[in-house]
Formats: sequence, structure tokens, C-alpha cells
Amino acid sequence: MAASTAAEAPAQPTREAHPVLLRLVNDQELTDRLLAPLWTPSPVWKILFAVTGVGTLVLAGAVSYTVATGIGVWGNNIPVAWAYAIINFVWWIGIGHAGTFISAFLLLFQQRWRASINRVAEAMTLFALMNAALFPLLHLGRPWFFYWLIPYPSTMGVWPQFRSALPWDAAAVTAYFIVSLLFWYLGLLPDLASARDRAPGRLRRRIYGVFALGWRGAGRHWHQYQTAYVLLAGLATPLVISVHSIVSLDFSIAQLPGWHSTIFPPYFVVGAIYSGFAMVLVLIIPIRRVFGLGDLITARHLDNMAKLLLAMAWLLIYSYIVEIFIAWYSGDPYERYVHLLFRPSGSYAWLYWVMLFANVGVPQIFWISRARISAPVLFGAGILILLGMWLERFIIIVTSLSHDFLPSSWALYAPTWVDWCILGGSVSFFGLLFLLFLRFVPFISINELKQLTHELRRGSA
Amino acid sequence: MNVKGTQVLVEFADSDSMLQALELLRRHRYRKLETYTPHPIGGVSERLRLPHPWLPKITFAGGLLGALLGYGIQWYADTYDYPLNVGGRPLHSAVAYIPATFEAAVLGAALTAFVVLLFVIGLPALWHPVFEVDRFERATADRYWVSIKGVRDPIEIRKIRHLLAELTPVRLTVAEADP
Repeated sequence: MAASTAAEAPAQPTREAHPVLLRLVNDQELTDRLLAPLWTPSPVWKILFAVTGVGTLVLAGAVSYTVATGIGVWGNNIPVAWAYAIINFVWWIGIGHAGTFISAFLLLFQQRWRASINRVAEAMTLFALMNAALFPLLHLGRPWFFYWLIPYPSTMGVWPQFRSALPWDAAAVTAYFIVSLLFWYLGLLPDLASARDRAPGRLRRRIYGVFALGWRGAGRHWHQYQTAYVLLAGLATPLVISVHSIVSLDFSIAQLPGWHSTIFPPYFVVGAIYSGFAMVLVLIIPIRRVFGLGDLITARHLDNMAKLLLAMAWLLIYSYIVEIFIAWYSGDPYERYVHLLFRPSGSYAWLYWVMLFANVGVPQIFWISRARISAPVLFGAGILILLGMWLERFIIIVTSLSHDFLPSSWALYAPTWVDWCILGGSVSFFGLLFLLFLRFVPFISINELKQLTHELRRGSA
Repeated sequence: MNVKGTQVLVEFADSDSMLQALELLRRHRYRKLETYTPHPIGGVSERLRLPHPWLPKITFAGGLLGALLGYGIQWYADTYDYPLNVGGRPLHSAVAYIPATFEAAVLGAALTAFVVLLFVIGLPALWHPVFEVDRFERATADRYWVSIKGVRDPIEIRKIRHLLAELTPVRLTVAEADP
């Protein structure tokens, strides 16, 4: 059967209710369709680009103001010395984790459905990490000295203190970003070559040509390439576990009540993957709609993502229960106060209950099979879960700091307008980067989808 | 065309014909074979008799090197170059070095895998003789190409054409090969 001339064969019948691909598109059409957004911007894109561009300018303004004036313009002060900066850092970095989970974990487990969404998820990881890195750097107070975090033999004779958790964090985030970037770029190479060979006009052809590094799809190259791709996936996989574990260690080296439960590392990892899945859904549902990709990103993808969300939600619920139980079981009056009294009924109680509603209540809708394939339900749930996960970090950081051991030093925290501008601005900046990605990079892995249709066709033949 | 080499390029519309062509050509003692495909095809590596990649081993070595460097820097800084007494804790705190050492190991391995891969496959190389071939750009879309290197004799070329005729190749062209 000739791949290029065959009419669309029906997708392979499976035992699952929803097929991975609605129809098997032929390779030529697949290439042209998935590269088309690179050549012509849609009006929707222009509008969104303008909106996120303005938001990014707000971020630039707020960051400049912070750097020029000092971080006193933020709301955090003793006792709440960590606030928005660290909340946003943990939130963004957590979102990044799902990208690696989808691209690396699911590759190793041979989950073929990942082919339609892994590129988007990986790009999300990179952009989330870029946003995450912004916050600790600004929180340094003098961000222009950020390179002091890098261990190098300086003339000052000073080194980072490796017995502290903060340099671990710097190492983890740096390694995570570089490995994710390499993995993403390696996966992108064959598709950049497709873009090079299909680009209208010399300039674009040259630009994609340079980034494709001269990829020509040689059998000898694929042979090594596939090995390298699996190797990088295998290397990225432990990073999913380690990075957020190390982030949680930033907390657990402190004495504060509510910060050093032994469940923290896995609890953070689960929360990270959970929020990341929510973000993937929030991104792919509009993409699927705007670019008309319903046959490639199918009900199967939505269903699987919803099931993963539900599973992560229950792991998170388990973590919440253990955290609260251990606080009670420890007999420590401060732990008991923070977990059993201040969080559920103190000054920030309403945030706590909104968080529980979003993180624990909302995903339960995915027990209903129709909700799992409904794009509006998934999109709404994704937004709520992202909000809930942000609030979770707020609760952990702010409640513990504001009411610790000594009632005379208790104080409440409130963010300033600069805090809000930076948070909103970073969301815009994320959107801007993502829009640029959708405009200039093949955002669905064309070669992996071809491989998938190839295998499905062979399976049905 | 230079004497160094020419190649015969055969274009197929589907991968099965390409795989059959590879087998036929091997059976007729053509050894300098190469394929160009838009996505990896199972069975090509075996038919091209490609050796098992040694990339994993060098990646492991890269990871080991990363770990040693990571641990070494921490040990050197904390115990030798900048010893700080933090509440009487030991200067050489092996347990505290685990996270950064682990990250350094992963980073070392990943960088090694990526750089060595590019080195092994000889990229970046923005130009290659096959790019000059008419309609070769479909090799990254939907066509499957086989290259037989070192064939120059017109009689030989006719033989190949005859050999592959029943597999209905889309076209068969002669081009320069890389030295």
C-alpha cells in the first residue's frame, strides 16, 4: 500500500472506547497541515500576541521597578520573608514537571498516544522553567550578582555553601532546564528539517535549515538518534522526581511548623505533575480547537489526561491526609496549631477551603466518563486546579511563616501591586513564549505522528 | 561527476518496498547502502547491518564524570578552599552533597549523549550532496529513498533499475556522493 496515495484508512479498532487517532492521515497531508501554522499567522494569534505582549511589558516594568528600588516594594517582610516570589517559583517549576512526565515517562512506558501532545508539553516545561527562574533571581535582591550561585573559582575566594539547600536548587533547576532543552531540540530536529524542505522563500528555508543542522533522515542517523532519544528520556525521567524533591528540601531544612513533614518530597512531586497536567489541558484544548486538530488530539488524549489528573489528585489527597495526620500524631503543639487550627480556621482559612475545593473536589468530576472527554469541563477543571495548586503553595508558605512559634512576632501578609503585576506579567510572558512557539516551531511532533500512523496502519493491515 | 563517487538514488512511495529493495540489493552484494526516510523505520538498521550503538556506554561515562566533577567541586570548596564552620557540622558533609552530585551526573550524561550523537552522525553539516537531488525534499515528508554508493558504470545502473523494477520505484537518479 503506497503511503502517499492511500485514502485514509479507518483507524485500528481497539478495545478502548476512544481511538488514538480518529483517522490515519497520509504523510503528505500530515506534513502540510502541521507545518501550515508556521507560514501564515491567524488573526486569533495576532490578538493574543498583542495581549500577552502588553502583559509582558507590565512584567518588564514591575521587574525594573523592583530592581531599581529594591525588593522592599514587595509585600513580604519579617516574619513572612518568603511570599509571592517563592510561591510563584514553586508553582511554575511544578507546572514544568508534567512536560517531562509526558515526554519522557510515557516514552519509556511506550504510551503511543503521547505523540500528539509531547512537543507542546515539552515547550510548556521550558517556558515554565524560564518563568520559575525569574523569581529566585529577583528575590536575591541584587539579581545582577546571580552568577555568585555558580561555583567557579572567583578572585573573591568565596564559594556557594553546598551544605545549604539553595545551591542544590540552583543545580537542580539548571540541570533540568538544560536537559529539557536538549531533549526538546533533539526531538525537534527531524521536524525542523521538514520545515526547511517545505519553507516558502529563501530566508525561512535558511533559518530552518540552520536549526535543522542538516538533518536528512539517513538510516544511519535514525539508528543513533533513536538510541540518543531514549537515553535522554531516561535521563530526564529521574529529574521529574529529583527537581521538585529538592525544591521541597528548601522548606524542610527550616524549623517552621508545617514545613518539614517527611512526606514533602513525594508530596511536592505529585503536586507538581498534577498542576502540570492541568496546564497541558489548558493549553491543548484551545490549540485543538483553533487549529482544528480534533482528529490528532482526540477524545483518547483528553480521556487519558483526565484519568491521570484523577490519579494524581488521589495521590495528592493521600499526601494531605498524611501531612495532617503526622502533624497531629507528632504531638508538637506548633505543628498541631498550624495544621489543625490556623490553616482551616485562621486568617487565611477561606483560601485553604478554596484550595481544597479546587484540588480535591474538582477532579472528582472525572469519575464520570462523559466529563473526561468534554473539552469545556476539562478546560475549566484545568484552570481551577492551577488556581488550587497556586493557593496550596500560598498556604504552605504564608501560614507557616506568619504564625510560627512566638505569638508576639505573628503578622499577616498581604501582597502589593508590584507582586500582582509580576505574577500576572509572568503568566503573560509564558503565554507570549508559547505563542511564539506555536508560530515558529512545528508544535506537534510530525515524525512521531507519522511513525504512529505507520504502526497503526500496519496493525490494521 | 568526480571519480570519488557517485550514487544511485531510488525513491519509493512506501516503506515496505524500500525494505524489500534493501534486501534485494544486499542479496546482490551491494554493500554501500543508505536510506533516507521521514521517520524511523523498523528493520532498516538490521538490513543496513548497522552495529549496536555505543552511545549508551559513553553516556554512562559522561554521567560518571559529571558526578565526580559535581562532588569534587563541593568537596574542594567546602573543605579546602573555603571552609566555614556552620554550627560545628563536619566540613566534608557527604550526605549534603548527594542532590547536587546527582544533578551533575544527569547533566553530564545528557550533554555527553547530545554532543557525542552529533559527532557520531556528523552533524551539523548544512550541505550534503543528496540535497542537490531533484525532489529529495520529500524525504522529510512522505517518500523513502535508498542510496547505493559507488556505482558509476551505466551497465551497473541499468542492472539496478532492472532489479528494482518490480518494486515500482517512483524514480531512480544518479547523483554525486559524499567523498
